[in-house]
Amino acid sequence: MTDNRPPRRRSASFPPEVLAEIHRAADQGVYEIRGFGAKRYLPTFDDLVFLGASVSRYPLEGYREKCETNITIGTRFAKKPIELKIPITIAGMSFGSLGAKAKEALGKAATEMGTSTTTGDGGMTEEERQSSKTLVYQVLPSRYGMNPDDLRRGDAIEVVVGQGAKPGGGGMLLGQKITKRVADMRTLPEGIDQRSASRHPDWTGPDDLAIKIKELREITDWEKPIYVKIGATRTSYDVALAVKAGADVVVLDGMQGGTGATQDVFIEHVGIPTLPAVRLAVNALKELGMHREVQLIVSGGIRTGADVAKAMALGADAVSIGTAALVAMGCNKAVHIEDYHALGTEPGYCHHCHTGLCPVGITTQEPELEARLAPEHGARLLKNYLTTMVLEAQTLARACGKSHLLNLEPEDLVALTMEAAAMAGVPLAGTDWIPGRGAT
Amino acid sequence: MTVIDLSKTSLRDLNQRLHDLNGADRNNEWRITNPSGEHAIAVGLNAPTNVQIDGPVGYYCGGMNKEAMITINGHCGWGVGENIMSGFIRVKGNASESAGASGRGGMIVIEGDASSRCGISMKGVDIVVTGSVGHMSAFLAQKGHLVVGGDVGPDLGASIYEAVIYVQGKVNGLGTDCIEKDMTPEHRKNLARLLQEAGVDMNPAGFRRYGSARKLYHFNVDHADAY
Ligand code: SF4
Repeated sequence: MTDNRPPRRRSASFPPEVLAEIHRAADQGVYEIRGFGAKRYLPTFDDLVFLGASVSRYPLEGYREKCETNITIGTRFAKKPIELKIPITIAGMSFGSLGAKAKEALGKAATEMGTSTTTGDGGMTEEERQSSKTLVYQVLPSRYGMNPDDLRRGDAIEVVVGQGAKPGGGGMLLGQKITKRVADMRTLPEGIDQRSASRHPDWTGPDDLAIKIKELREITDWEKPIYVKIGATRTSYDVALAVKAGADVVVLDGMQGGTGATQDVFIEHVGIPTLPAVRLAVNALKELGMHREVQLIVSGGIRTGADVAKAMALGADAVSIGTAALVAMGCNKAVHIEDYHALGTEPGYCHHCHTGLCPVGITTQEPELEARLAPEHGARLLKNYLTTMVLEAQTLARACGKSHLLNLEPEDLVALTMEAAAMAGVPLAGTDWIPGRGAT
Repeated sequence: MTVIDLSKTSLRDLNQRLHDLNGADRNNEWRITNPSGEHAIAVGLNAPTNVQIDGPVGYYCGGMNKEAMITINGHCGWGVGENIMSGFIRVKGNASESAGASGRGGMIVIEGDASSRCGISMKGVDIVVTGSVGHMSAFLAQKGHLVVGGDVGPDLGASIYEAVIYVQGKVNGLGTDCIEKDMTPEHRKNLARLLQEAGVDMNPAGFRRYGSARKLYHFNVDHADAY
């Protein structure tokens, strides 16, 4: 018998995920809070490709000629700049959001690779200080666990103004993750929902920030590089103001940057992608004559050596990874599948860091779950991943004839889409056209 | 007594000398003249030394102090004693915004008025202000005590956690989740101790106590209009 009914039609405005979210909102009367980063489609570094060497330029031999990867961070004012062997650093992630073992694993891997790791909202743990040769100490709006001894024990200081996943918003840690140790470090009652401040308590604008930076330098005797971390929004102005305020380093986090817990509406609808943000930041530094004087570290959706090379070709001095480091250590891996199911998700789709029930033992304070991540093993996985990224970035740089990753340049890149060309400020492939600038 | 004239010595040299204190020097007396509103004077001290500053200071004087006793004979700018860990800071004058911000221990006494956000996100410091404080004082205050001899501006103690506020004068409005609480004999005793430690001659009997209603400790949709 023929079925004459018209085919079922999916609504473009109300696809199943939108319907489900409306139903959830109607049931619960509150926004969705989740971890991870933006899930929507965004223009990314994948929309750029390198122009490998040919007749007009010659490449370096893949297995024979060196392509250096070392960088020096904090050369502007600090008495003790940081020397890193690779231009990939580990971004700030809080103890509280992550378990102490995960923090330790990050530190071990970073140390073995000759790079830095970073504290987070909630202060410095002994485990991460011990395991990290180079540790960046964050000064956040909440000032949880903030302590001058740790400030002096840090190798650099990062004043966090904002973060790519939630520029303009503060941190969030739900009660189920506030164990006694986390609560004590933050001077908060155990088990409460903790919502960090979005503004610093003792400064408000760029002129104040300059004085704040001066204070931090005075306390640490001008030894430590001072970073200013911003979420990517009004990037040109923010970078210029951070430089004017006296930053040694600008850390720029695009909207693909991850989070332990934030409102979904914030993650998906605030900020600009990393791709245009890098170009805006580099332009701002160049206009001030500060490109390479003030180092630029870019984060937010960096996943591969290709992303590293492309960010550096656009003018970044280094990149920073957060989510990708956790993925390397097992986040979203198809193990303990029943625990993903208990959270109502599947490996590959998990964003449940906020629950404290991380199936792979990374973003949890539960001893049983934490035991799933041995710091040595996590560090080994992350080290392998970082090594791979470096090899990939070197491969691309050599193909472009570059003997150092820092020698990559925008001229090595073209864009596959008009939007990427406009955002990155490189020509659309096959043309000499950069949208917004007219033909050259 | 070591006297440092800040019109002749750089701020860097001063702070470095204070950071380098060791041995018997740690307990020495220091006097700083001509501060002229300079920022970040005597920050990051880490020894039980006495520092007297004669004149007005700028932002963050005594920031992150540990152990030192700092007396400011003049007014001070933003964030005096921010993130203080221990020790004592006395301001013989008025304080600007965010006095004692995020302080984790020790005591700050302001013998005058303090501007807005006094004691913002305090985490264990005791702050005693003999005069009045501005709006949003003790905002996000987590632990410690804020004692105000005079009046307080609007939104006192918004989103306060476990800190305790004592006010003698008029309260011009409480912030979200901040309520007046009973002044029990135990609290009166606690306040008397704070006033005595501060060297402030006020009668605890005239003070009222404020603290957290603890209604916002867990997000509840029925409280959404409180945010
Ligand atoms: S696997 Fe763990 S770290 Fe990864 S998204 Fe899920 S809860 Fe977060």
